[in-house]
Amino acid sequence: MKDNALSNILTQYETKEQIDGQLYTLNLGPTHPATHGIFQNILTMDGEKILHSEQTVGYIHRAFEKISERRNFTQITTLTDRMNYCSSPINNIGWHMTVEKLLGVEVPKRVQYMRVIMMELARIADHLVCNAVTGVDTGALTGFTYMFQDREKIYDMYEQVCGARLTTNMGRIGGFERDFTPKFHELVRDFLKTFPARFKEFGDLLERNRIFMDRTIGAGSISAERALSYGFTGPNLRAAGVDYDVRVASPYSSYEDFDFNIPVGTSGDTYDRFMVRQSEIWESLKIIQQAMDRLPDGPFHADVPEFYLPEKADVYTKMEALIYHFKIVMGETEVPKGEVYHAVEGGNGELGFYLVSDGGRSPYRLHFRRPCFIYYQAYPEMITGSVISDAVVTLSSLNVIAGELDA
Amino acid sequence: MEFTNNFILEAITREFPETVISSSEPYGMLTLEIKKQDLKKVVHHMKDSSLGFNFLTDICGIHHPETPEKELGVIYHLHNLVENLRVRLKVFMPFENAEVDSLVELFAGANWMERETFDFYGIKFKGHPDLRVILNDPGLGYHPMLKQYPLEDGTRTDKDDVMFGR
Repeated sequence: MKDNALSNILTQYETKEQIDGQLYTLNLGPTHPATHGIFQNILTMDGEKILHSEQTVGYIHRAFEKISERRNFTQITTLTDRMNYCSSPINNIGWHMTVEKLLGVEVPKRVQYMRVIMMELARIADHLVCNAVTGVDTGALTGFTYMFQDREKIYDMYEQVCGARLTTNMGRIGGFERDFTPKFHELVRDFLKTFPARFKEFGDLLERNRIFMDRTIGAGSISAERALSYGFTGPNLRAAGVDYDVRVASPYSSYEDFDFNIPVGTSGDTYDRFMVRQSEIWESLKIIQQAMDRLPDGPFHADVPEFYLPEKADVYTKMEALIYHFKIVMGETEVPKGEVYHAVEGGNGELGFYLVSDGGRSPYRLHFRRPCFIYYQAYPEMITGSVISDAVVTLSSLNVIAGELDA
Repeated sequence: MEFTNNFILEAITREFPETVISSSEPYGMLTLEIKKQDLKKVVHHMKDSSLGFNFLTDICGIHHPETPEKELGVIYHLHNLVENLRVRLKVFMPFENAEVDSLVELFAGANWMERETFDFYGIKFKGHPDLRVILNDPGLGYHPMLKQYPLEDGTRTDKDDVMFGR
């Protein structure tokens, strides 16, 4: 239907003068409040209608793949932080699991459950940002201010686990650097108690809100077939009706132990994307509850001293720790040659790590499959023929994170 | 009929007897090195036949300067979402006039992935509608992921780490 609308518009212009007189170019970005990141959309408009759009990306390209070829495996974790900075722990843990797969390291059950808890907290934080901002772009600022308080609580939990809030650099190859603190348990218990009521309030503000529904239903829709062709994954694919989720399709880190649903939408429009993320937050809460209830006892890291970076206090006082620290950092440990692809369900979809090792201290080649980068190219198709206000809510509901887009 | 790596390998060798150069299964994922000129045919067959590889997960390049005949490579990850099986395809080519068929006609998402590969490695994709650099500056003039471009200034002597690993 939208294509018809476009061709109808174009046939109205007979001469170039007419086109010059009626059409204009609008730069949405690189720095624009509606893009929530640094990337440019050059829109050709007739009135409020978008006839054509072109994307320019790469404004914050930092050459992570090139840098990775000079760094050792532990140092690459800090690079993964800065891809999807709304859910850094998922990137960190996904990277650790890739290296563990290469090395053949088995991590204890407790570590797997701890990782699930951290990844689901990160997913909640990621989805909260996306949905709250979708609300802001439709004019509902209240929900945003509510939900960012809860995101703040999740950041307090990160702080308990790794000491940082945004760029977390969480965990080590083989596990975590320290066990969950009593304060962390307290924070999670408190969060699980208070958050559902607050989140329900947020949902009540928007989910059946007439204005919000009018703004989002039918805006920026994409069919399941086109979404698959474009390589969509994650909530954006599920909103189009395809129930692909890496956590279920190829379970990692003991996801098979937990009971949760995969919410799907039907039309792949902004409202469905919003609702899928809303439902996923509820599912994540379920997973966290189950994991906290059944958190097994045991060590918080695998017993692999040749790969697990030892505790700093031990490095200064114990001979073995000092030796292993030196060997890990200087790349004197034996790393198998080989290639491995590992994917985790990131905040925006399948976050893949393709690692080629030649046995050296750093990867021979490391490629990040970044979901944002892959699905953002569908954006022109989703907005062409619609109006500018639809384009803005479509962009915010796609949750394009500039850091992940450009890597 | 069990949908396994062996089954896929047999199906592809039956349809294209000449094309598979080598196959392996690192960490359980079927990895095929195929002839460059057959790439599009093979992927098309894998997508539209009963093999059902309907999802292109990823495209990336690789550079092996020490093997002149196979200096540049493109690596494709395909995924059958129904059977949940992944396959990795590789094509290699010499450095001069590196070119491989584009997959944009089969997968719309290949567009930016191929632009990224072109940007980093200079591999051209025949039939790509809009092959420009994407992440780097258009005026950069070279393809920075090639191994001849060191990350740091090669003339520095204070950071010589010849004693430590690679």
